[in-house]
Order: sequence, then structure tokens, then C-alpha cells
Amino acid sequence: MGSYIARRVLQSVIVIFGVTLLSFLTLHLAGDPTYLYVSERASTEEIAETRRRLGFDQPLPAQYAKFITGLVQGDLGMSLRSRKPALDLVLERLPATLELTFFAMVISTVIAIPIGITAAVRRGTATDGGVMLLAMLGQSMPGFWLGIMLILFVGLQLRLLPISGHVPVLDPMLEGNWSEGIANIPRAITYLIMPGITIGLFSLSRNARLVRSAMLEVLSQDYVTTARSKGLAERNVVIRHAFRNALIPVVTMLGLEFGFLLSGVVVTETVFSWPGVGRLVTNAITQRDIPVVQAAVVMFSVLFVSLNLLVDLIYAQLDPRIRLR
Amino acid sequence: MVATSSTERAQPISLIPKQLSTWKRARISLLGARWPILALFILGVVIFMALFASAISPADPNRQSLVERLMPPLTRDEATGQMRFLLGSDGLGRDLWTRIIYGAQISLAVGVLAVAVGGLFGTSLGIIAGYFGGRVDDFIMRLADIQLAFPFILLAIMVLVVLGPGVWNLVPVLGIGQWVTYARIARGQTIAQREKEYVEAARCIGASNLRIMVRAILPNVLAPLIVIASFNVASAILAEASLSFLGLGVPPTVPTWGGILNESRDQILAGKWWPAFFPGLAIMLTVLSLNILGDWLRDFLDPRLRGR
Repeated sequence: MGSYIARRVLQSVIVIFGVTLLSFLTLHLAGDPTYLYVSERASTEEIAETRRRLGFDQPLPAQYAKFITGLVQGDLGMSLRSRKPALDLVLERLPATLELTFFAMVISTVIAIPIGITAAVRRGTATDGGVMLLAMLGQSMPGFWLGIMLILFVGLQLRLLPISGHVPVLDPMLEGNWSEGIANIPRAITYLIMPGITIGLFSLSRNARLVRSAMLEVLSQDYVTTARSKGLAERNVVIRHAFRNALIPVVTMLGLEFGFLLSGVVVTETVFSWPGVGRLVTNAITQRDIPVVQAAVVMFSVLFVSLNLLVDLIYAQLDPRIRLR
Repeated sequence: MVATSSTERAQPISLIPKQLSTWKRARISLLGARWPILALFILGVVIFMALFASAISPADPNRQSLVERLMPPLTRDEATGQMRFLLGSDGLGRDLWTRIIYGAQISLAVGVLAVAVGGLFGTSLGIIAGYFGGRVDDFIMRLADIQLAFPFILLAIMVLVVLGPGVWNLVPVLGIGQWVTYARIARGQTIAQREKEYVEAARCIGASNLRIMVRAILPNVLAPLIVIASFNVASAILAEASLSFLGLGVPPTVPTWGGILNESRDQILAGKWWPAFFPGLAIMLTVLSLNILGDWLRDFLDPRLRGR
């Protein structure tokens, strides 16, 4: 186990290093990045001053070394608009984004599992066909479009759910006020439902299909036939014998799932005016606030890589075969 | 002779004899399935719309008319009684149907070109990695691991913020985003083919490495890559829509489905549903068709997966 952990941690460090290198080099794609940091009306002196101040006049390796040093110290530059540290802006918004992502993840897994099982058990029936068609539709829809349609019909027409806004749960908890955070949950959920579905539908559909095909695979195994011929109730066969083993590919997906949902956050937060990192990024894009975009990209990547590492380690603990590979 | 040919014709087609060409078998299998036919039809319509946009669209996609802002679908011309706005007009009084027809051009072109770039790049690297093995293989596959280890759309956003929006920036970015899938599959297939006799034979008659990779190995690893490509055109169209929605896709003067959706944002709160509904529907139908065809193609090329 020890060598497996060491190997995976080292891999993750290399990946994070690669990501920072890429996001650093991206800035230089269009030539001198100084022009990204000054207004269009800036004078030659201003441009030269900015270039010197940000160190863009130095050789690339020196610049990258400076970037990495800053990163390790939690310094990713200042926002060009608000004159605050870019990383602070991202971290301020992170709890709202995590709430949304977590909720979307619950939707995409908890609902997918019974749907997938039902479709597999009733293979070839109208239920199966209908579910699979819906799952196919869910995978073909631009998520944010679904969000807009929900706002139009569920929010504005039927007035069932709020179309924008956010009730904080994690923020009061982080300040130590747990009771307030917990008391906020019921109201928070009304604000979470529509954006959560918007982000989660694609994964929900994919997971339902995944559960179905994993179940079909398992249901044709000999031990399932054995269980049936022992005279076990079909319900027991499906839940206790088949489903447990069908879960393996599903659990594998979960680690990647979080990162996938995170990338859906950017567009969806914009649609629902959700005060998270995604909306911060969209605003930074329109204002060409490069340090904020960069800070968010690096932050998300680090989060994603760490979560994957965590899932892999837990998984290796659960299934010894993985460590030996 | 006549008698023989008529007995041949009487054979049941459901057996699908092996000696039929791939195309013929594909046609028979396709005709037996309902959804793929419908998908093919929808896709045909979209491709037709894209190719003949200027001939079939009723108006100019950029002609604005502020007095005719946000007309609902099925609005007729008051004087002549002719259909004026089939799907309504947008916030600048432009005909939505026309813009969706023109949008098909960019959305399809971006999807297909991105897959072409990613497919070419990924397949080449995959075959090279599988063929040479060793250090080359390690290096290419580590690169792939790094890319898979974080959400690519974030880097795409970064690149497009720096380079600015535009089709020629979008296509390589989306293409690079996909190369890993092709590379991994091409590599695996190449390793399986590398030691086969026909590759050995090609080497014996003095074929160069490049010639072996292109002429001998490539045709034998292509089938699964084509399946991936059909799914990836769909995901590239979805990615283009997302990026255009963020204002990072294509400049606003060029109508694309994602761009039209982006412009509809201001009208949503006023309860005007059509500028947002129809472009999204166009995206959904196109992507759905591609996914259904991809599923069918996978089953056709690999019957073991049927019904999964």
C-alpha cells in the first residue's frame, strides 16, 4: 500500500506541475502577455512599466520560477478590476460552488441507480426503452439550455421555484456557526434544485446507462443463476447479489464525476446568477481580468487532482487488486 | 442462368451472408432499426440546411428591424398575409429561423473540423506510441494522463480568453481537447496489430516505418476510432455551444446556435421563450442524432456490445 500511495502522490504532483506549466504558457500564446494587462488606450510608457512590474521582460524560465514561487505562497497575482488578490476572490466564492457541485453529484448518482437497475431488470420492455431514450436525450442537451428552459417554465411560468439567488450553508459553518448553516438547508435546497438538475442531468443520464449495462453484465453471471436456482426472491437476487457487484464501475466513475460537474458549473452559475467561482470566471472573461481566470483554473485543477487522488486511495483500500497493478 | 439468379434472390436477407460488402451489410442493418433511420434523416436535414443556407433561408441573417423586435413564432406579414417569422424574431428583429439555418453551418463545421484535428493528431500519436513503444510510448501516454487529470474546458477557456474568440481559435482548442481518446484507442489497437504476420511481411519487403504505420496498421485500427469520432462530433458541438454562450466562441455577427442562445439571455426574464428555445432544440436534435448513430455504429462494428 505504501508504495502505491507514494506513486499516486508523485503522479498527482507531476500533473499539478503540468497544469500550472500549461496555464502559464497559455498566457504567452498570443505573444507578449503585457497587452492582456493594460487598457487599450495605455501609453507606451505605461505598457513598458507594466511589463517591467509583472516581470514579462525576463526570460521565460525565470518567469515560470516566479509564478511557481508565488503559487506555493498562495499568490496568483492581483485582480485587474478589484485590486484584490485573485486567489482570495476565488476562495471567497468556493463554498457556494462546492454546495452546488455536491448537490448536483447527489442528484446524478442517487437518482441514476434505481433508474438503471429498473431498466436492466425490465430489459427490452417499454420501461427500458423509455428510460434509455430519456437518458439519451439527457446526454444530448446543452446543460445551460435546460437551465434556461427551467427558468422560463418552472420559475417564471409556474412560479414553483426561485430563478436566482443562493442561501449559504457552508459559509456560516466555516465561520463556526453550525446551527445557522444547518437551519439554512431546507431553504437552500429550493434554490439548489434547478441549477443542480441543470448541471447533473448529463451525468445522471450517463450514470443510469452505466448502471444498466453493468447490471446486465452481472445478471448474466453464473452466481446470479445459482442464487435464483436456490429459490431466492428476485428482489434479493437483484439487490444483494447483482447490484453490489455492478457498483464497481459506478464507483470508479465517481472520482472523475466531480471534476466533470465542476466544469459544468461555469456556464450554469451564469444562467442562475449563482454567486460562485463559475460566475466569477464568466465576469472575469468579459472584463478580461486574466489573473482571476488563471487563479480559478489553477484552483479547480488542484481541487480536481486532489479529489481524484483521494478517491483512488480509498478505492485501493477497498479493492486490493488495484494496488497490485 | 436466369433460374439460378432468381433462387439467389430468394435467399432470406435476415441471415446477412458474410460475403456481402461492409456497405451493403450496413445498409441492411440500418434499415432494420427505427431510431438510426430517424437520426440519419434529421442529420441529413441539418447538413442540407448548412450546405444550402443562402438558398433556403427566407431572410438575411443579419438584417435588423427594430420595429419587429421579439415577434412571436408564426407571425404573418400584416399586408400580404405571408409567413414573416416562422420561429419568431430576436431582440434586434432578426429572423430566428434564418439565423438557425445559418447557425447550422458553423456548428457542424466546428464539430467536424475539431474532430478532424483531434482525430488526426490523436491517431498519429497513438499509432506512433503503440508502434515504437518504449520511451516514445511512455512520453506520449504521460502527456495523455496529464490532460485527462483535469477538466479540459477550463484550459480551453483560458486559451480563448488570451487568443480571443473565433472559429480558427476554437477548432484547434476543441480538437486538442479530444486527442487523448483517439490516441489511447489507436495505441491499444496498434500494439495488437504490431506483431501480426502482415506487418512482418511488409517489413520483409523493405517497407519503411512510416509506410507500415500508414498503409498497413492504420486501416486495421480505424473501426473503433470512427465510432469515437461520431460521439465526439456531438460533444464538440455541445462544447462550442457552451463556449459561445460564454462569449468565447465566434464573434456575434456570425450566427451560431450557442451564440444565438447567448444573445437570448436578456429576453428570458421578459418571458420571451422562443429566442432561447429553438436554437437549443436544434442543438439537441443534432447531438441526439449523432449519439444514436454512434450507438448504432458501435453495435454494428462490435456486435458483442449489442443491447448494452
